[in-house]
Amino acid sequence: MANYTENELAKDLENQEYKFGFVTDIETEKVPSGLDEDIIRLISSKKNEPSWLLDYRLNAFETWKKMVEPEWAHVRYEKPKFQEITYYAAPKQTKKYESWEDVDPEMKETMTKLGISLEEQQRLTGVAVDFVMDSVSVATSFKEKLKELGIIFCSFSDAVQEHPDLVKKYMGTVVPTTDNFYAALNSAVFTDGSFCYIPKGVRCPMELSTYFRINAGGTGQFERTLVVADEGSYVSYLEGCTAPQRDENQLHAAVVELIALESAEIKYSTVQNWYPGDKEGKGGVFNFVTKRGICERNAKISWTQVETGSAVTWKYPSCILKGDHSVGEFYSVAVTNNYQQADTGTKMVHLGKNTKSTIISKGISAGKSQNSYRGLVQIHKNAQQARNFSQCDSLLMTDECGAHTFPYIECKNPTAKIEHEATTSKIGEDQLFYCMQRGISEEKAISLIVNGYCKEVLNQLPMEFAVEAQKLLAISLEGSVG
Amino acid sequence: MIKIKNLHANIEGKEILKGLDLEVNAGEVHAIMGPNGAGKSTLASILAGREEYEITAGSITFDGIDLLELSTEERAREGLFLAFQYPVEIPGVSNINFLRTALNEIREYKGQEPISAKDFMQMVRDKSALVELDSKLANRSVNEGFSGGEKKRNEIFQMAMLDPKLAILDETDSGLDIDALRIVANGVNKLKTPHNASIVITHYQRLLDYIVPDFVHVLYDGKIVKTGPKELALTLEEKGYDWIKESILS
Ligand SMILES: Nc1ncnc2c1ncn2[C@@H]1O[C@H](COP(=O)(O)OP(=O)(O)OP(=O)(O)O)[C@@H](O)[C@H]1O
Ligand SMILES: [Mg+2]
Repeated sequence: MANYTENELAKDLENQEYKFGFVTDIETEKVPSGLDEDIIRLISSKKNEPSWLLDYRLNAFETWKKMVEPEWAHVRYEKPKFQEITYYAAPKQTKKYESWEDVDPEMKETMTKLGISLEEQQRLTGVAVDFVMDSVSVATSFKEKLKELGIIFCSFSDAVQEHPDLVKKYMGTVVPTTDNFYAALNSAVFTDGSFCYIPKGVRCPMELSTYFRINAGGTGQFERTLVVADEGSYVSYLEGCTAPQRDENQLHAAVVELIALESAEIKYSTVQNWYPGDKEGKGGVFNFVTKRGICERNAKISWTQVETGSAVTWKYPSCILKGDHSVGEFYSVAVTNNYQQADTGTKMVHLGKNTKSTIISKGISAGKSQNSYRGLVQIHKNAQQARNFSQCDSLLMTDECGAHTFPYIECKNPTAKIEHEATTSKIGEDQLFYCMQRGISEEKAISLIVNGYCKEVLNQLPMEFAVEAQKLLAISLEGSVG
Repeated sequence: MIKIKNLHANIEGKEILKGLDLEVNAGEVHAIMGPNGAGKSTLASILAGREEYEITAGSITFDGIDLLELSTEERAREGLFLAFQYPVEIPGVSNINFLRTALNEIREYKGQEPISAKDFMQMVRDKSALVELDSKLANRSVNEGFSGGEKKRNEIFQMAMLDPKLAILDETDSGLDIDALRIVANGVNKLKTPHNASIVITHYQRLLDYIVPDFVHVLYDGKIVKTGPKELALTLEEKGYDWIKESILS
């Protein structure tokens, strides 16, 4: 029995306000706002990058200029003004910290407010955190321990300096610069992110975790994550996100690339609670993310996401099942409340024989929000005996919200077996009454029912993340039944 | 314990309860019988605080407090328990988690500390033994995929865990096989103390062989039209409701 679901839900549900809405007073160094070749050169030189990377950026920029913003998603928003965004903001303190004690106290406080004090994390959970604040990696822990195993886990910038060959070899191989509008933009202007390499046959002994957050006003966040699991290795990677409360919309356009070589396994979990905007739909983060992984023979990639934040989400973590017998999984909970809009799902591309994919998507819509699942299962000609199972459930909390399902199937091989199930239900008055008759308050009843509904997905998360996710679900759905 | 006076209630503009009176004291067991559609479940729902019903007249006091002023969960925390005629399934929520949440909410209301995991698990063992509930069911999702009889047994298990002052059992006997009936009745009897009371809604005299009532009431057309000792149930079983209808008409 998975024990964490038995954990009591957060006591501190009184606070309806966005919990992480505060701004840290650390001086930041910004480049002027706007985007042109010079800005890109400036970012690249500030980061002391090799010329091939500058060329990569400039190429991407050329591509991006020719592209138009996609409009097919079931979301409405005012397009970001790309010339008003600041593309680079780094905490001014440039020197690297020798030890945890050296870290700026204010920054520590920020982390404490985020509920992820590194000290505590280090002591209690054994999670190595690569903390990204406004694009520059601030502290990296457990590096030594990982080093012994040959595992590389560092900021993207460090990887560029210290492991340029690996970066050069794999970067852009899963998400090419030409992939889409936001991926191209990211490729041109990304400032930092995380890099992870697990050597052949190594099982990473701890969950690798990165917390992203957006701090400086008016800065876009363009993260880049690259995870390479070499043959027969295993890694579980956690990504958590929070952004301070701000009125203007902030753009987040990340690119995540996963590479699982033969018989490797990557588990990638995300809990996303960026600022969703206020009750009237003002402000909030635009989350336009490209996440994709490629599986070689026998490899497995498993995406798990709990999405409760952002004003607009546009995100489809996908798997390219290139190698025979490879496996792709997608487990998702997406919650929208008030005026939030989410268009999320996955793409499973079956290229190899006997490839298998599973999609479990749980959408929860409340308030006046719109929640869409968009999925594509593609079986290519040579994918003999490919299998897919998809289950897309929608739960409605009010009569004013919307749930939409867009499942696409393209099958070019007759031996494939594809199953799709979908349900839509309204949160049951009878269930609520039943809970309340046992003395449970309405709020708690909702979170019980919702957590039960999401259980298959929450079960995929590592324990401490699952607890966090449960609390987030409860917070995002407070007072939402109608 | 509970005093219901001249209760009138509507649903969707239709009057279902038409001046119902009932008084139950601590230590007593009351049976309510009556034909289908008479308003028995309606009465139970109203006592539990279901909002769809409109109370147009009358009063209900529960241990001296005005019950109608309390929310559903407050009534439950004050010690009112309803064993549902049709227990609800809650997928993905384990029975244990559900009960621990309920128990702790009730304890918090009473100003008590949350129950320790150890005490709670001991309690689960004791109480599930009382109603001979398979311990596997305690770990499964609330009522999900339970058989009809298992659902009913689970209601009594929950009742045992929450230890209410007043328990209302709405046709808990329907769908139970003979053994289960005996077990459930046995559980109810063991939970009986001089300080609590129960209202047992049933169609069958059979249950009352096991749970012996102090009073039997006939609910007909929204009112209690006859009250008698436990033997009344036998008469009803034998003669049906027609003679009562006739005596009302005449
Ligand atoms: N939501 C509703 N809308 C309209 N009528 C309702 C509603 N709920 C109950 N009723 C009516 O109220 C009357 C009483 O129903 P109730 O369920 O209380 O009967 P009962 O005595 O419990 O019957 P049974 O023995 O069949 O369980 C019935 O005529 C029923 O159809
Ligand atoms: Mg009934």
